[in-house]
Amino acid sequence: MTDVSLTPATQGRSLWADAWNRLKANKAAMVSLWYLLFMGVICIVGPWFTPHDFTTIYQDYTRVPPSLEAYPKANAIDLAVKDAVKRSRLDLVGWQERDGKVFITLTSAKPIDERVTRYIDRSDVFEGAQISEKSTDGMTMTISADVQKKYFFFGTDNNGRDLLTRTLIAGRVSLAIGLLAGLVAVFIGVLYGAISGFAGGRTDEVMMRIVDVLYSLPFIFFVIMLVVFFGRNFVLMFLAVGAVLWLDMARIVRGQALSLKRQEYVQAAEALGVSPGGILLRHVVPNLLGPVVIYMTLLVPQVIILESFLSFLGLGVQEPMSSWGVLISQGAKNIPSATWLLIFPSFFLTTTLFALNFIGDGLRDALDPKDR
Amino acid sequence: MLRYVLRRFLTAIPTLFVIVTISFFLMRVAPGGPFNQEKGLNPIIKANLERVFHLDQPLWKQYLLYLNNLIHGDFGPSYNLPDFTVAELFADGLPISIELGGSALVLALLFGGILGIIAALYQNRPADYAVIATATAGSTIPTFVIAPLFQLFFALTLKWFPVGGWGDGAFINKVGPVLTLMLPQLAIVARLMRGSMIESLRSHHIRTARALGLSDYSVIIKHALRGALLPIISYAGPAAAALLTGSIIVETIFSIPGVGRYFVEAALNRDYTLVMGTVVVIAIFTIVFNLIVDILYAVVDPRVRYD
Amino acid sequence: MKVQFSLKSWLIGCSLIAMTTTGAFAEVIYNRGNSADPESLDPHKTSTVYEANILRDLFMGLMIQDAKAQVQPGAAESFTVSADGKTYTFKMRKGALWSDGSPVTADDFVYSWRRLVDPATASEYAYMLAPVTNAEDITAGKKKPEELAVKAIDPETFEVTLNAPTPYFLEMLTHQSTYPVSKANIDKLGADFVKAGKLVSNGAYVLTEFVPNDHIKAVKNDKFYDAANVKIDVVNFIPTEDRSTAMKRFEAGELDSNDDLPTEQLADLKAKFGDQIHIGPYLGTYYYAFKIDKAPWDNVKLRQAISEAIDRDYLAEKVWQNTMIPAYSFVPPGITGYETRTTDYAEKSQLDREDEAKKVLAELGYGPDKPLKMEIRFNTSENHKNTAVAIQEQLKPLGIEVSLVNTDTKTHYGLLEQHGDFDIARAGWIADYKDPENFLALCKTGTGNNYAAYSNKEYDDLMAAAAAAATPEERMKLLSDAEAIGVARDLCVVPLLYYSYHNLVSNKVKGWENNVMDVHPTRFLAKE
Repeated sequence: MTDVSLTPATQGRSLWADAWNRLKANKAAMVSLWYLLFMGVICIVGPWFTPHDFTTIYQDYTRVPPSLEAYPKANAIDLAVKDAVKRSRLDLVGWQERDGKVFITLTSAKPIDERVTRYIDRSDVFEGAQISEKSTDGMTMTISADVQKKYFFFGTDNNGRDLLTRTLIAGRVSLAIGLLAGLVAVFIGVLYGAISGFAGGRTDEVMMRIVDVLYSLPFIFFVIMLVVFFGRNFVLMFLAVGAVLWLDMARIVRGQALSLKRQEYVQAAEALGVSPGGILLRHVVPNLLGPVVIYMTLLVPQVIILESFLSFLGLGVQEPMSSWGVLISQGAKNIPSATWLLIFPSFFLTTTLFALNFIGDGLRDALDPKDR
Repeated sequence: MLRYVLRRFLTAIPTLFVIVTISFFLMRVAPGGPFNQEKGLNPIIKANLERVFHLDQPLWKQYLLYLNNLIHGDFGPSYNLPDFTVAELFADGLPISIELGGSALVLALLFGGILGIIAALYQNRPADYAVIATATAGSTIPTFVIAPLFQLFFALTLKWFPVGGWGDGAFINKVGPVLTLMLPQLAIVARLMRGSMIESLRSHHIRTARALGLSDYSVIIKHALRGALLPIISYAGPAAAALLTGSIIVETIFSIPGVGRYFVEAALNRDYTLVMGTVVVIAIFTIVFNLIVDILYAVVDPRVRYD
Repeated sequence: MKVQFSLKSWLIGCSLIAMTTTGAFAEVIYNRGNSADPESLDPHKTSTVYEANILRDLFMGLMIQDAKAQVQPGAAESFTVSADGKTYTFKMRKGALWSDGSPVTADDFVYSWRRLVDPATASEYAYMLAPVTNAEDITAGKKKPEELAVKAIDPETFEVTLNAPTPYFLEMLTHQSTYPVSKANIDKLGADFVKAGKLVSNGAYVLTEFVPNDHIKAVKNDKFYDAANVKIDVVNFIPTEDRSTAMKRFEAGELDSNDDLPTEQLADLKAKFGDQIHIGPYLGTYYYAFKIDKAPWDNVKLRQAISEAIDRDYLAEKVWQNTMIPAYSFVPPGITGYETRTTDYAEKSQLDREDEAKKVLAELGYGPDKPLKMEIRFNTSENHKNTAVAIQEQLKPLGIEVSLVNTDTKTHYGLLEQHGDFDIARAGWIADYKDPENFLALCKTGTGNNYAAYSNKEYDDLMAAAAAAATPEERMKLLSDAEAIGVARDLCVVPLLYYSYHNLVSNKVKGWENNVMDVHPTRFLAKE
C-alpha cells in the first residue's frame, strides 16, 4: 500500500489578506506608506528636537533665506552691532571680534547706564553681554558678548520665526485634519451614498434632495456660526470641513451603487435571501471601493486647501499655530522676493500628497477583485 | 424617463424653498450685521439704516417680505453695494464666471479624460507614471499658488499675457484664469478616469467583446469608456456647479469681475440679500446639474433605472 | 497738372489735419489703482476713503482740496462769515455747470444738504453737518429736513447758520458727504440716478462705466468750468484688493498708480521701484482699546504699565517696515495750532519703561506664579496679526500671558460696538477732516466708537467747553487739555502707531503732491 502523505490543509485566504499581500507587492505603495509614516513621525516629534520654538520671534532675523551655515553671517554682525547700539542712543566707537566674542566700545557725553548691556542682549545675535572695561569717568565703556550661532535651515518667515519648526508643527495640523476629515467624509459619504443608491426610488430621491439642500447652504455662515458657538476648537475644523466634503463622496458612491445594484451577484444574493443590509455591506460597498479610494486621495488635498482658506479668512487655526495650507498661501504672496517661504511647505505638502496618491492607487489595485 | 424628469422639476420647488428658509435664518444667527465696521456708527444713524433696510422688523416679518419679493423676482438691493440690486450684480458677473468656469470644465474633462484613458491603457508603464505624476502635481498645487506663478512667469517675464483684468473679455485676459481653474480639475478627472477605465477594461463584457473580435477602438471607446464614465459624471456634476459660480481666489488674483467673490465676501460682510442671492443661484445650479447627472447615468449605463 | 497739384496739397493738407487732430485727441488715460470698489457713488451714502477718491473727481463741494490738500474755493467762489462766526454766506461760482449743462445753484446745495440729514436717506455721514443748526435733531427724527438752517437767498447765494463758531467748518465742506446732487437727475431716475452714463455731476469728470470688481471709468467733463486745465482725459479706477497682484500689474504697466502696497515686501519693492514709492505721515491712529469697565483693566496703573512696555519702535520698524510711526498720543501731529499731548514715557528709554512696567506689575501682585492673562482681539489682516504677535512676545518677559483671537472684520466690530466681552482689542481711526475734535470725540461718554467704554466727567466737560469756546486758540487749548486727561493720563485708547500713506506712483504721472490727507484729485495731475 502506497503511503499517501497528507498534504497539509491549505489555509484559506480571506479577501483582506489577499488585498494586503497585493499591496505589499506594490513597491510604490509601500514606499509611500513608509514615507507617510515618516512624515507623521517627524511632524509630531520633530518640533521637540529643533533648536527653535515655533513661536519664537527673532527680531534680527526676519525674512532670512535658508542656509546650512550658521547665522549671523560675517557681514551681518556689523549691522547687528549698529542696530543694537542705535537703540541705546549712545555713540559707537568701534567693535572687534575675537574667538567668537565681540567687543563693542561705546561712548557718550554722560556717564553710561550699566543696564545698556540689555540692549546688546536683546539682539538675537549676541548674548551674555558684560561690561569688560569702563573708563573712570564712566563715559566710555566696552561691552563683550558672545556671538550666538543660530541655524535656520529653512530660513525664517516675515515675523522672524524659524520656518523648519513651523513647517513641522503645521504638518501636525494638516495631516490630522486631512486624514481625519477625509476619513470622516469617506465614512459618512460611503454609507449615505450606498444606502441611497441601493435603496433607489423615493428613498434615493429624498436622500439626494437633502444633499442638494446641504450643498446650497452658505458654507461660510455655517462656519462662522460654529466658530461663535464652539469657539476656536480644532475639532470644529473637522466638523466644518467634513460636513462639506461628505456630500461629494456620497454622490459619487450613490452613482456607483445605482449601477452595481443590477449586477448578477447582487441579484444572486437577493435570491439567496441575504438581508439588504448584508448585501450592502458585503457586496455593494467592497465593490465600489475603487473610485472611493481614488476620490479619497483626491479629497485630502481639497481638505487641506479648504482648511487654509478658512484660516485665511480668520475662521480656522489661530496664530501662532499654523497649517501647511496657511504657510503656502503666505508663501505664494512672497514670490519672488522670499521664495523659500513657498518652496519648503509646498514640498512637504506635495510629497505627502504624492505618497497618499500612490497608496490610494495601490489600495485600489489591491482591492480590485478582478485583478488576479 | 420623461415622467422622472418632470417629477424632478416639481421637487425642485420645495427643495428651493427649504434651502431659502434655512439659509435665511442661518444668516441671522451669526453675530454682527451689515453695518458694523471700523468707523462705527452712531446709534441714530444705525437705526436709520436699519429702518430703511427693514432690519428693525421682527424676523418672521422680514422673512415673509423677502419671500414675497423673491416670488416676484426681486432679490432686493445689496446692503453693502446699495447702488446695485442683487439681480444686477449677478446679471453682470455671472456670465463671466460661467464663461471661465465652463471653458475650464470642458477642457479639463476633455484633456483629463484623454490622459486618464492613456494611463489606463498603458497601466504601470512609463506613460502611466507620467500621467499620474502630472495629475498628482496638478491636484496638489493650490490655485492660489498656480495663479501668481502664472502671473510671474507668463505675464511679467515672458510678457505673453496681461497680469490681470478682464479687458472687456479679450481672449488673452482669459488664458490665465482658465488655465488656473482647469489644472486641478484636469488632474482629478485624469485620476478618476484612469481608475475607472482600469476597472472597466477588466470587466467581463470587455473580455467578451475582445473575444468576439471587436477592434481595439471599438472596445475601448464604445464599450469600456461607457462603463468608466460613471464616476466622472458623478464628479463633474458638483464640480460644474462650483466652477460655474466662480472661484474667489482666481477672480481676486486675476481681478476678474465675476461672482465668485460674492459667495465669501457677502457672508463676511453680512450682506444678507446678496448672500441669499448666492444661495439661490447655487441651489438652482446644483439642482439642475444633479438632474443632468442623473439623466446621464441612465444614458450611459443601461443598468441604471429610476422607476 | 493743376489737378495733381491740388490732389497732392489736398492729401498733405488732410494728413496734416489728421496728424494734428489725432495729436490733439490722443486720449490721456490714467489707470488708477484704488484698493476697493466703492460701496456707493451716491455722495450721501458714502462711508469709505475709496469712495472719497472717486467722488472727489466726479463732484465738487462748496470747498475743495487742491493737490496739496489745502482748502480752496470750489463750487463757492467766495464766502463771508458773520461777526459772531455762526453764519456763513457763500457766493456760488459763476459759470459752474452740471454735466447736463444746467447751472449749479444755491438751491442745489439746499436740496442736497437736506437730503443728507434726512433720516430716510439713512446716510452714514449725516453727522458731518452736525454743526449746522437743527441737523442732529432732523437725523434723529425730531425735526423735519426743511428745518435745516440752510437757505438759498437767491440762486447765487447760499447761507448756512451754525450752532456755534466752528473753525473747522470749511474743512468739513471738502468732505464728500457734503457734495451736491442734481435734483432733476434724481426726480427723473429715482434710485438709478447713480448709474454710469446717467449720473449728473458737477466735477471735473463724468461717470461713464462702472463694472463692479473690474473698473470705473470717468471721462473729462467738458462742461466743467476749469476743463481747459484738466490734463487727464480718462481716469480708470481699478479695484486692487490683492496687493501682490497690484504690484505685478504696476510693473507690467497696467496701473499707473496704486494707493497701497504690501509693506512686508517693502525692501524688495524699494529696490525695484525706487522713488516711485511714496511714504509719509497720514492723519490716522492705530490703537488698542482696553475694556475699561471690566476688571482688572479698570486700573489705570495697569493699563499704563502694559502700554509702557510695548516697544513701538520695533513695531514701526520691523513689523510695518517703517510705514507707520510710533505713537504716544491719539491725535497725530500735523494739525496746525494744536499741541498733541503724549504719555509721559514717550521719551523714556525702552529699558527704563520695561523696568517700570515690571515694577508696577509686581506691585499689583502679578508675577511668574500669578501671571496676568490677556486676550488680544483683532480683525483678520496680515499686519494686524504680525503686530499682535510681536506684542505677545514683548509682554512675555513681564509675566503676561497673551492669547490671540482673530475674527473677520464684521464680527470684530460687531462685538466692539455691542460692548461684548474682550480684554483688549485693535481698532483704528482715520480723520474725516483735519481737526483734533474728530479724534477726541471718541473718548466722550456714550459715543458709538468709544469701544473702551471710557467715561470721565472732567473730559466730557472739557470737550463741551471746547465746542463752545470763543476763539480758535482757546478751543485748541481746551482740546489739548482734554487729550492730556483722556489719553495721556487715562489711556482711553492705547495709541500704538500713526498711519502713513503708502502709494506707488509711476514716474509718468506728474503733479502728485504728497500730503497728510493723502488727497490727489485727478484734475491736478498730468501724465506723459
